[in-house]
Amino acid sequence: MLAAILSLTVLGLTLGFGLGLAAKKFAVATDARLAEIEALMPGTNCGQCGYPGCPGAAAALAEGKAPATLCPPGGRALAQALAAKLGLNLDLSGVADEGPKIAAVAEEICIGCCRCLKECPTDAIVGAAKQIHSVMREACTGCAACVDRCPTGAITMDPVPATLQHWVWPKPAQGAPAWA
Amino acid sequence: MNPEPLTLVPTGPLASPHAHGGGRVTWVMAKVMLALAPATLYGFWLYGWPAVHLWTITVACALLGEAFSLRLMQRRAMPVLLDGSAALTGWLLALSLPPWAPWWLGAAGGLFATVIAKQIFGGLGQNLFNPAMVARVALLISFPVPMTQWVGPLPLGSLGAPDFVQGLQITLGGIPDLDAVASASLLGYAKTELSRGVDLVAALGGAQAPALSFVGNRAGSLGETSALLIAAGGLALIFLRVISWHIPMAMLLGIALPALVAHAIDPARHMAASAHLLSGAALLGAFFIATDYVTSPNTRLGQMVFGAGCGLLTWVIRTWGGYPEGVAFAVLLMNALTPAIDHVVRPRIYGRDRRGRPQEPPEAKP
Amino acid sequence: MGLMEKFHAFLDLLEHGSGRHWGVHPDDRKRPAADAPLRGLPLPGRLYVPLQQHIGAAARPIVLVGQKVLKGQLLAEAQGATSAAIHAPTSGTIAAIGEITAPHASGLPFAAITLAADGAERWIDSATAADDPFSLPPAEVAKRVAAAGVVGLGGATFPSALKLGLGLRAKIHTLILNGGECEPYLSCDDRLMRDYALEIVDGIRIMLHATGAQKALIGIEDNKPEAIATMTAAARAFAEIEVRPVPARYPMGSEKHLFSELTGQEVPADGRTTDLGALVHNVGTAWAVHEALRNGRPLVERIVTVNGGAIAFPGNIRVPVGALVGDVLAFAGLKESPARLVMGGPMMGSLLPHARVPVVKGTSGILALTAAEATMADPGPCIRCGSCARACPVGLLPLEMSARIAAGELNGAVAFGLKDCLACGCCAFVCPSRIPLVQYFNHAKGELAAQGRAQLRNEAARRLAAARAERIEREAKEKAEAAARRKAERAAQKAAEKVAAEAAAAAGAASEVES
Repeated sequence: MLAAILSLTVLGLTLGFGLGLAAKKFAVATDARLAEIEALMPGTNCGQCGYPGCPGAAAALAEGKAPATLCPPGGRALAQALAAKLGLNLDLSGVADEGPKIAAVAEEICIGCCRCLKECPTDAIVGAAKQIHSVMREACTGCAACVDRCPTGAITMDPVPATLQHWVWPKPAQGAPAWA
Repeated sequence: MNPEPLTLVPTGPLASPHAHGGGRVTWVMAKVMLALAPATLYGFWLYGWPAVHLWTITVACALLGEAFSLRLMQRRAMPVLLDGSAALTGWLLALSLPPWAPWWLGAAGGLFATVIAKQIFGGLGQNLFNPAMVARVALLISFPVPMTQWVGPLPLGSLGAPDFVQGLQITLGGIPDLDAVASASLLGYAKTELSRGVDLVAALGGAQAPALSFVGNRAGSLGETSALLIAAGGLALIFLRVISWHIPMAMLLGIALPALVAHAIDPARHMAASAHLLSGAALLGAFFIATDYVTSPNTRLGQMVFGAGCGLLTWVIRTWGGYPEGVAFAVLLMNALTPAIDHVVRPRIYGRDRRGRPQEPPEAKP
Repeated sequence: MGLMEKFHAFLDLLEHGSGRHWGVHPDDRKRPAADAPLRGLPLPGRLYVPLQQHIGAAARPIVLVGQKVLKGQLLAEAQGATSAAIHAPTSGTIAAIGEITAPHASGLPFAAITLAADGAERWIDSATAADDPFSLPPAEVAKRVAAAGVVGLGGATFPSALKLGLGLRAKIHTLILNGGECEPYLSCDDRLMRDYALEIVDGIRIMLHATGAQKALIGIEDNKPEAIATMTAAARAFAEIEVRPVPARYPMGSEKHLFSELTGQEVPADGRTTDLGALVHNVGTAWAVHEALRNGRPLVERIVTVNGGAIAFPGNIRVPVGALVGDVLAFAGLKESPARLVMGGPMMGSLLPHARVPVVKGTSGILALTAAEATMADPGPCIRCGSCARACPVGLLPLEMSARIAAGELNGAVAFGLKDCLACGCCAFVCPSRIPLVQYFNHAKGELAAQGRAQLRNEAARRLAAARAERIEREAKEKAEAAARRKAERAAQKAAEKVAAEAAAAAGAASEVES
């Protein structure tokens, strides 16, 4: 009886000590995690999430103050990546995923006021005063920061058109097979 | 026909291939059942109507368990039942039960096999352990007495063999005159005699000659009696390319080699290799149970490791374990190792070595 | 051989017995189509010539709408290193430069030039026909092959000239001609070898000259005895060209597998056959090279197998590039409405959304399959039978890869060798549960590529954002500096004015004193 109690106690203490040691030795520094989260973010500091730029959003995520779905430009894919990184359960119902979008300027309405130019975090809009602006498709991240700045409503967010080169095969139907 | 407005709404996947070799899960299961049929029919003849009733109840309950689970998950049961896997599970379980066992043993086993051992794991393809063997082991541990009550052969039409109604009475109400028909399987007899201190040479004598077990006229479960018919069915499966020779061969060698060595060293304590191979569920296990696709490794090499492990463990359990027969335990233990074997043993990829690194380009030969 | 290698060789022996057992043996269904004589497609009124009929960047059009062109005239020039020129398949007028549905399961459009045929079939004057191509330097041969827009006709459509140049650089010694044609139903290469054996052999000799290889091996599956006979007869005069029958087995036509069958060597992963001194070309490509060099004719037509249970008169048809699949089907006749329309073979071909799709340089066949032939069934759960693993010609575990892709673990699938997958379809062909394994792999490969692109884009956006931040900072700094400078200038000016005023005042006072 005594031997059993003793041996179990010793075992418990040893394992507890081991666990404590491991927790100290293998502890993941929060900074490293912060950097990893920041690396996932778009990095454009567009501010749509309400935090001061992508580093601010990453910090809020790391502290658990923000949901994984906070980044509209990142869309569904980023939300999933963040949830996986942070070990969160994901509720994707709130994330509208219409696929990636980029801004486009309606040339007939643009008055060349240059306001959108200043707003773009990647300098993706080119133009000069009194000249029609246009969006460089390759540089636009789809953050939509420019849309509200346009006094004439000339900027719209258009879905990126599907092309033969970028088409991805759909995943076969999942879950219960079709005949179930 | 003008092909211009032809617009196709294809069924099936978008991706190639647009042809198929024609194999189907249902055909695979049907071929296995066909291969089991001769041994089963022989068993029916040997043990009479009670065996038929028990087999029917076991298979029916396995199907019932499957249908019940699918209903609970709100899936249509019929297409899944038609794949034949549940019926085959019930069949294999029935072959491993004492032929005159009471009905509730078969019923409980059949339900346990499909509900607990298969559907709870996620259904066909997801179970880690062979469902029939899980059910058999559960029954053996829970109801050791009826699970080890063997009867001597009493062929249909022979004197004193029960007719259809009497068979029903035996299956539903128990064996009326147990002592008159009770017998022991070879392995059980050997274990008992050994534990009493009688050595095997004296105990067995010439009474259980291998020739007899090869035909199968002896006590045991349905699937244990005729080594000849079981082996023939297994070879037919290999010939039909339903299974490969790797698992059966490795498993039989895994039993035979240690038995051969041990018997040569001490014939008084260890049975001969032929007795090991031809008695108990060794052949049924090697050809029909260990070869279950779901619970065995996928590579030939892994299959050989798996089969050898099954064989060796069978011999070890028979020799030193508490139970006379060890096939079910051995297969379950190796089932648990299957993911590990599959993880370690992988086929070599073209242009890479076994570790997955690209091969060194050899010197170009002119 | 070290101990470890010996052990691994032993493991291989246990795993495979003698030799690797790869691939499948599908019912080849090549006859009677293969035995029907070659026919020509009546010229359709309009041809839709796509700008991208090859791997690499789309060609750049150099013609205008309304322009009259001759057969063989350059319509679009190659753009970039891996690209190929596009020529007019007939004489006529450019009706439009627009889009047409691509021969691809996505049903997405791609750019194409619409050519209204005038029916005259007038060839452009060819200045490059060479009586003796062997007198040309190898680089010039490759240049003419490129100018003729020749691409690999086996289906991969890699620009052939690039491959010839690659061979010249890599010091290859053996040219392998792929006459395997392992796909069921297809017989276009078979027909070509039977009817144009001399031309193919001539093309091979030109390719030997262009690459500097010493010998050529023509690998032909043994289910094509007529092609083997005609090719052997045609090559008899040339000691350096040898016909080698190979066992019929799918995918024997895979470049690496044919190479292994003929040489007994294995191509290292991430490597090419040229690393081992061999260059693999399709037999059709040899014919196209012959046409380009001897007759100065660009690749504007090809032989297409039209086959399948729904076809009334299956066979091989000469089809100009840009003809619609519908035109070809109308010519061959449909007995019934097909369940599946496929471009290419049944194992790797593309499902077509409809028949308004153009024939391209890489089109080996058009199959109209009945429901009975396509034998599509709903997928069931994987029973881990391992058939797919044994059928896989590369030695992958398709069941493990698809399970991981189904669970969304793409990197897990990569760890199991997804990137070595050829998408040959052997696994899905044998799967008793009818799991669309190839679609899983296609999906995962596409998804991984999309992720890679997204990451590149992400990094670019980050750089741009950083540049912008730096610019804003710099501008602010410059502004501040400018402001400070102006202030200082103003201060200096003021000081100077003050000094001047004081001096003036002093001078005034002095003059007052003087006066």
